[in-house]
Amino acid sequence: MRVVIAEDSALLREGLVRMLELAGIQVVATASDSDGLLAAVEEHQPDLALVDVRMPPTQTDEGMRAALVVRERWPHVAVLVLSQYVEEQYATELLVGESSGLGYLLKDRVANFREFLEAVRRVAAGGTALDPEVVSQLLVRRRPDSLSRLSAREREVLTLMAEGKSNAGIAMGLAISESAVAKHINGIFTKLDLPTTDTDHRRVLAVLKYLKA
Amino acid sequence: MTVGGRVLRAPWQARTWLATFQIAAGSAVGMLAFTVLSVVGSAVVMLTLVGVRWLPLSALLWCGRTCTRMHRSRFAALRGAPIPAAVHPPPEGQGLRSRVRAELQQPVVRSRLAYSLLSGLVLTLGAAVSVTLWTAGLLGATIIGYAWALPARNGFGWGLHEPATLLALTAAGLLCLFGAPWVVRGLAAWDAAVATRLLTSTHVDQLARRVEVLSENQIRLLDAADAERRRIERDLHDGTQQRLTSLAMNLGIARELLSDLPPDARKLIADAHEEAKQALTELRGFVRGLHPAVLDDRGLDAALSGIAARLPLPVHLTVDVRPRPSRTIEAAAYFVVSEALTNVAKHTEADNVHIEVNRRDDRLRIRIADDGGGGASLDKGSGLRGLRDRVRSVGGELRIDSPAGGPTVIDVEMPCVS
Repeated sequence: MRVVIAEDSALLREGLVRMLELAGIQVVATASDSDGLLAAVEEHQPDLALVDVRMPPTQTDEGMRAALVVRERWPHVAVLVLSQYVEEQYATELLVGESSGLGYLLKDRVANFREFLEAVRRVAAGGTALDPEVVSQLLVRRRPDSLSRLSAREREVLTLMAEGKSNAGIAMGLAISESAVAKHINGIFTKLDLPTTDTDHRRVLAVLKYLKA
Repeated sequence: MTVGGRVLRAPWQARTWLATFQIAAGSAVGMLAFTVLSVVGSAVVMLTLVGVRWLPLSALLWCGRTCTRMHRSRFAALRGAPIPAAVHPPPEGQGLRSRVRAELQQPVVRSRLAYSLLSGLVLTLGAAVSVTLWTAGLLGATIIGYAWALPARNGFGWGLHEPATLLALTAAGLLCLFGAPWVVRGLAAWDAAVATRLLTSTHVDQLARRVEVLSENQIRLLDAADAERRRIERDLHDGTQQRLTSLAMNLGIARELLSDLPPDARKLIADAHEEAKQALTELRGFVRGLHPAVLDDRGLDAALSGIAARLPLPVHLTVDVRPRPSRTIEAAAYFVVSEALTNVAKHTEADNVHIEVNRRDDRLRIRIADDGGGGASLDKGSGLRGLRDRVRSVGGELRIDSPAGGPTVIDVEMPCVS
């Protein structure tokens, strides 16, 4: 797998490179601002761009804007956005188009070696990785009336689904059986009037579509 | 002192003579001022007709100031009670034009021009009355002493050598002599009272000016505090947070890869890793509380949905704030909602919170309603009072309706300049 990293803090940039290389992932280029990122993506056409939201010159949401440009110009390049804070608004902007090959995680998550690498691989493979905090913000905002029909357990399951977890992953996360997970998911789809589908990816899409509605 | 004693002493007292001089000096200064202001004033009118406006007006204002200074030193020297100087707001613009315009808008500037113009006429009249009284008094009271030198009959046909006439004239003279002090003092006191009214800002003016200055200061302070919070947020973001993230990341790598270490060492690394992550989370919460970056980037809607999501109960949020208010107002609104929600989570057993934020013209309205137990008041718990203080600091108002048993509704209204 080939990755481009855009991060303005040299310390973190080097740390990310080290971590990805330790995991056998090739970092083909690094950038410290959004122009550098766009140039590197254009040149190397990587599988994934790992982008920090706050970068020079404005130190606000440069990275987010650059990520949107990458998604528009090079749809085959997966984008994983890292941010000191996750905000529902940014997530919504990212999710306006396709949600495949897209990740939006708190920067803190890089501290968890295995989980972070799993998210990187999942996104590069066309999956989704949304930070649990973003998901809970989305759940708060979007049509709380119908969401309030969900049980507490169903909300937990929905949250993990939106993060991009498989049934097995959800079962492990909540310490329940996979068949229980499947039952909850059916319950969610029924209560939210969503058609039941069998693949993980379409399932996430459905959830996100609902969240964005 | 008896009334008789006071009457007898009055003509010889210093204050009587100071009062006389005050009137006389007032007449002199006043006539000078009247002349100068009339001439300059006519010049202003003439020059305005040919299109030159601000320079002559400025000259007129300068003359007005100088006349006021002369009058004020007259009162300071002869009355011992100086008239306080007027309080002027700092000039807003740099140019002559805006300075003159600002000055003309102040009531005190207009009123002292009026005093300088009119005091000349009125005080000259007063001085004439005073001098006449004193002269008539002196001449009349002593007429017996020099009556022999006068003709036997004056122009009115009065017999100046007849005892009855002389007696009447002496009595009239004494009346003037002993009445003059009271007339003069009365005139001087009236002059001083009018000058105090017209030459200096009124009490209300001064207070209004003070309030204006204070609220400007307050806004400046708030802006400075907001800017400072932003700076600290940025510094922490650029420095400590990156370093701590890097530390946690490295510990995470170590924990994962150094699996062949002795169990004690592995536990130590695992503990350090957990603590680093905890510190990151705490720092993130702290920095977000200082000033959420998303508030500047995306406005109230995005920032408030962030807080709402962190609350352990369902929050129904509707935000419609267009165009965006100033940063200070946004920060105040964010603070208010954030604190109110913390309050709800901490002190009530609410199942639902509804928040509405909207902007209608120049007012930002916030309504926070929860279905908890109610009974919240501004007296209990300093949290709500702190909220009200914050709202008031930006010129807004906060009302709470929270009957026992609930529900609680907090209404906030703030002016917003965008």
